[in-house]
Amino acid sequence: MILQPIFFYLFSAVTIAAALMVISSRNPVHSVLFLILAFFNSAGLFVLLGAEFIAMILVVVYVGAVAVLFLFVVMMLDVDFVELRQGFLQYLPIGALIGIILLVELVAVLGGTIIAPEVAQQVAQPIPPLAEASNIAAIGELLYTKYIFFFQTAGLVLLVAMIGAIVLTLRHKEGVKRQDIGAQVGRTREAAVELVKVKSGQGI
Amino acid sequence: MPEVIMMPTLTPLLAELVLALGALGLLMFGVFAGERSAPTVTGVSIGLLGLAVLLVLFAGGDGTTFNGAFIQDSFARFMKVLTLIASGFAIAMSVGYARLAGFQRFEYPILIVLATLGMLLMISANDLISLYLGLELQSLAIYVLAAIHRDSIRSTEAGLKYFVLGALSSGMLLYGSSLVYGFTGHTNFIEIANVLADGRSTGLVIGLVFVMAGLAFKISAVPFHMWTPDVYEGAPTPVTAFLAAAPKLAAMALTIRVVTEAFAPISMDWQQIVAFVSIASMVLGAFAAIGQRNIKRLMAYSSIGHMGYALVGLAAGTELGVQSVIVYLVIYVPMTLGAFACILSMRRQEHMVEDIESLAGLSRTQPMTAFMLGAIMFSLAGIPPLAGFFAKYYVFLAAIEANLYWLAVIGVVMSVVGAFYYLRIVKLMYFDEAEASFERMPGELKAVLVLSGAFVVAFLVFASPIINAAGTAAASLF
Repeated sequence: MILQPIFFYLFSAVTIAAALMVISSRNPVHSVLFLILAFFNSAGLFVLLGAEFIAMILVVVYVGAVAVLFLFVVMMLDVDFVELRQGFLQYLPIGALIGIILLVELVAVLGGTIIAPEVAQQVAQPIPPLAEASNIAAIGELLYTKYIFFFQTAGLVLLVAMIGAIVLTLRHKEGVKRQDIGAQVGRTREAAVELVKVKSGQGI
Repeated sequence: MPEVIMMPTLTPLLAELVLALGALGLLMFGVFAGERSAPTVTGVSIGLLGLAVLLVLFAGGDGTTFNGAFIQDSFARFMKVLTLIASGFAIAMSVGYARLAGFQRFEYPILIVLATLGMLLMISANDLISLYLGLELQSLAIYVLAAIHRDSIRSTEAGLKYFVLGALSSGMLLYGSSLVYGFTGHTNFIEIANVLADGRSTGLVIGLVFVMAGLAFKISAVPFHMWTPDVYEGAPTPVTAFLAAAPKLAAMALTIRVVTEAFAPISMDWQQIVAFVSIASMVLGAFAAIGQRNIKRLMAYSSIGHMGYALVGLAAGTELGVQSVIVYLVIYVPMTLGAFACILSMRRQEHMVEDIESLAGLSRTQPMTAFMLGAIMFSLAGIPPLAGFFAKYYVFLAAIEANLYWLAVIGVVMSVVGAFYYLRIVKLMYFDEAEASFERMPGELKAVLVLSGAFVVAFLVFASPIINAAGTAAASLF
């Protein structure tokens, strides 16, 4: 009975705290780590709502995207990693703290079902019930019928984002050699090979 | 057994479909034809917008579709035609600038078409989700447009600033929408109104405030106006001209629909917000513009002030009030486009000049332009018998009929203060010593200037059909 609110407040509080740390920590690498924590806890909130598909997508896509983001941080910002490694021990507590919070949450979730098995029934039921359609099927059915207008409009928004990225960043460099398959295939033996008779003792 | 799903009717959104498919087609054409295709794409884009105007006017199909997410009524049709015309003129006004400033990119008109598509979706939005998606489609395209002069630091700064603040406002709007959804259980405007008819909770008012904050950002009303002067100044001038006209129309139309449909039962709550925002915008628009030296910044403060005046009509919350807002917008758009046609023609030695002082003595070097700009400035100040006077007259009348006397009084006082900086431009043009003259005005700017000047001067001639059409449009909301 009481467990669901407790988990809700746990997940929300950790999400908000982690989100605050994302924007307030000095080191971009720490920000990324806190971002991962925020995503995991938001995924927990989705599980509480019975939307396990969205929860898993959040973990797979966002935490996956965070790996890319991490690479960007490494490549684009001037983070001095030698200096970072020197202070490794100094940063260890923060890393350990994040790890411990995640561990406590996992234990609490797994332990909860053992201590109070009826909790599984407390979870909000997705619509329609899972017996009739799985999360994915339910989302698909809504997305392509009732919400087709929103789906298509969202597609247009993404198209504009793509055009924007290309318009603002793409530059055609002069003097770059590119592969031209048409020209390669169209070459004939005559154009490419020249037979030269060389008399002995003379160069070309 | 699989459920049979009916295909939704597409007639109400024919114009939107044409714009979307046309933009996709033009994008393909532009990519394959390369940079040389810019003039063709520009021409076809204006044609597309014209075709959309015809479809909106004559294709019919009033009603809702997609489970009530999209609505077409006479209000939507009126605002859509106005928006499409404003966007079409904005594309036409960019032709000469793009040629001279050397950014002939085919993406530019396509982005304007996509932004316009977003605006049409905003005007027809009848659901919190379609509201947000339309708004985001429009805003995202405009962020890119503001930064399209990517080698200029000012342009990229304007784009970035607009993007960051715009994202913040989207966040507020979404937060407000989630609260409204949470407290009513619906995203559809009609359903929200049905639930609110039985009373409201405090949480819903918080949601309403956040939604209004997000919308106020888009119409650049105080206290969410901070981005306006910087973005207007930094963005390339044709983009500023576009930014000052069409998006304001769409955002205002969206605000009107949200408050008069979704939040109609709690009009007491939103009327306070609108009245506060309106007063703050009028006061800031009048006083902050006085010290400006850059004409684009001046126009930014002027547009903040004008949105304040338009909101006076909305604060009344009556059918007459909405009608007066529509009339105000009809008059605001040509005045703005005309003023920007003049600003775009301020070129000396291959460079744009944006200083107000450089207009000195324009009456001797270019008497015709000076006369037109003078008429537009008098009209922006609200001096009879020009169009701007009637715009203000109708909103103040609506406020008085709704017993909001103090709002009307503040409005009149602020338009007297605001008259100062408009009249200073007239004084500079007619009574100060001439500097070197500007370069010759390109044909398309001349056409826009003459059209808007004629509209402003001869407004009385077409006043009654416009006011009647605005009345029909407003009636469809009540």
